[in-house]
Amino acid sequence: MTEATQDAGATLRRTPLYAAHVRAGGQMVPFAGWDMPVQYKGAGLEVEHRATREAAGLFDVSHMGEVVIEGPGAEDEVDRLVTADVRRLGDGDATYALLCHPDGGVVDDLYVYRLGAERFLLVVNAANVDKDVAHMKAHAADPARIVDRSDDFAQIALQGPRAAEILAAVADGEACDLPRNHIRVHDFRGAPLLVATTGYTGEAGFEIYTPPEVAEDLWNALLQAGEPLGARPVGLGARDTLRLEMAYALYGHELRDDINPYEGRVGWAVKLDGRDFVGRDALTAIRAEGASRRLVGLHMVDRGIARAGYPVVYEGAVVGEITSGTQSPSLGQPIALALVPKALAKVGTTVDVDVRGRTRRAEVVRLPFLTVPGGK
Amino acid sequence: MNVPNDLLYTEEHEWVRKESDDTVVIGITAFAAEQLGAVVYVELPAEGDAVAKGDSVGQVESTKSVSDIYAPLSGTVLEVNSALEDAPEQINAGPYEDGWLFKLRLESPAELEELMPGQAYADHIADD
Repeated sequence: MTEATQDAGATLRRTPLYAAHVRAGGQMVPFAGWDMPVQYKGAGLEVEHRATREAAGLFDVSHMGEVVIEGPGAEDEVDRLVTADVRRLGDGDATYALLCHPDGGVVDDLYVYRLGAERFLLVVNAANVDKDVAHMKAHAADPARIVDRSDDFAQIALQGPRAAEILAAVADGEACDLPRNHIRVHDFRGAPLLVATTGYTGEAGFEIYTPPEVAEDLWNALLQAGEPLGARPVGLGARDTLRLEMAYALYGHELRDDINPYEGRVGWAVKLDGRDFVGRDALTAIRAEGASRRLVGLHMVDRGIARAGYPVVYEGAVVGEITSGTQSPSLGQPIALALVPKALAKVGTTVDVDVRGRTRRAEVVRLPFLTVPGGK
Repeated sequence: MNVPNDLLYTEEHEWVRKESDDTVVIGITAFAAEQLGAVVYVELPAEGDAVAKGDSVGQVESTKSVSDIYAPLSGTVLEVNSALEDAPEQINAGPYEDGWLFKLRLESPAELEELMPGQAYADHIADD
């Protein structure tokens, strides 16, 4: 038996929670240049996944990148870089958005938080920080204003039905009671936390931006408050199955430089009207013509698990590819996302997936795969 | 880690149990099962398949990954553990018992001498 592993050659970066992961039995793997826990011994992906859906999961997402854009004109600057209309945001509001190339391809997906009138926090994918900063500087009116502040933040996500009561026990504040897409400052033992009601699991919960030096104390405090309620630390393995059940895009899979937002099911994050931003002209044209490919959900009709990169076949010809696929822990059956021609995107269409040389039948299904009661 | 002494092992974490002079049972070790995590799907060779030592003859899948099963010896597949189709979790619950994968009639029993005894395998995974 052998297992394909990512390149472990280069020196891996460690988050401020590295020691806490190792103590908790984290199985550390290389991910986007970081040494991250994929799962924890004594629990494992399925247990961690279930804990998040039924109680709460605690995720170290400190590898994510943080870019701060501030000062006079910051709002216009952000607005010309991202697909979302950030002029609609009030202080403490958040929105999902995309950075696009002039041709409409996706540079990255991100969250934009308006911290104040002229102060924005942009949270980007770990693997893309350098690319995103270069892209933003290339298209900014004032490149010097694009500042990579990734080293100033650790990030902990607390997600699940019990998340609010766990957070309230540790760092009470307004965010505990807010709906999705807001951000507030909470106090934790004198340190300021930026607590956002955002997440990547479909559950209610928080993404907490913290100074690196208090990250471990915060992690331990949240675990101590959460464990009696069933909360657990959760690794990258379950982070992926949780997001895939919700059909949330993962950059490098559902979104890429050569996939546009309308193909990738995130056209809703593009606001074309009355705005000018990088990629707008191309996206206006794509929207008018209609995207030729679509991201769809698949259930397997035959036995087998469709995984990322497997060809999608229709009437004997390769017509697309699986972008992500796994066994859904919540549903107990395989689920996959695939990029296919528009003509095959209708719910109920059957296609074949080439699973390592064997033809397996699959059916296009409605997304998301899972509906989360009380989720956001 | 459970490494029974009456079995033979490969570096790729398969175990081999001799049933007669020229038939063996093959599975994956407890170490491999733990590394893999909960097994959710198994692809086995077909009965009657001729396999050569080192061939990829199937896959064991957990939620997060796919691992190849390599033939530890050359021969003909006599029987496969079809119960794993509906109960792949037997591999985690009893990798050396109900979690066996397939039986092989050996083409060349001398190949058995190339496999590792339990102690050597235990040392191998200690180094991993």
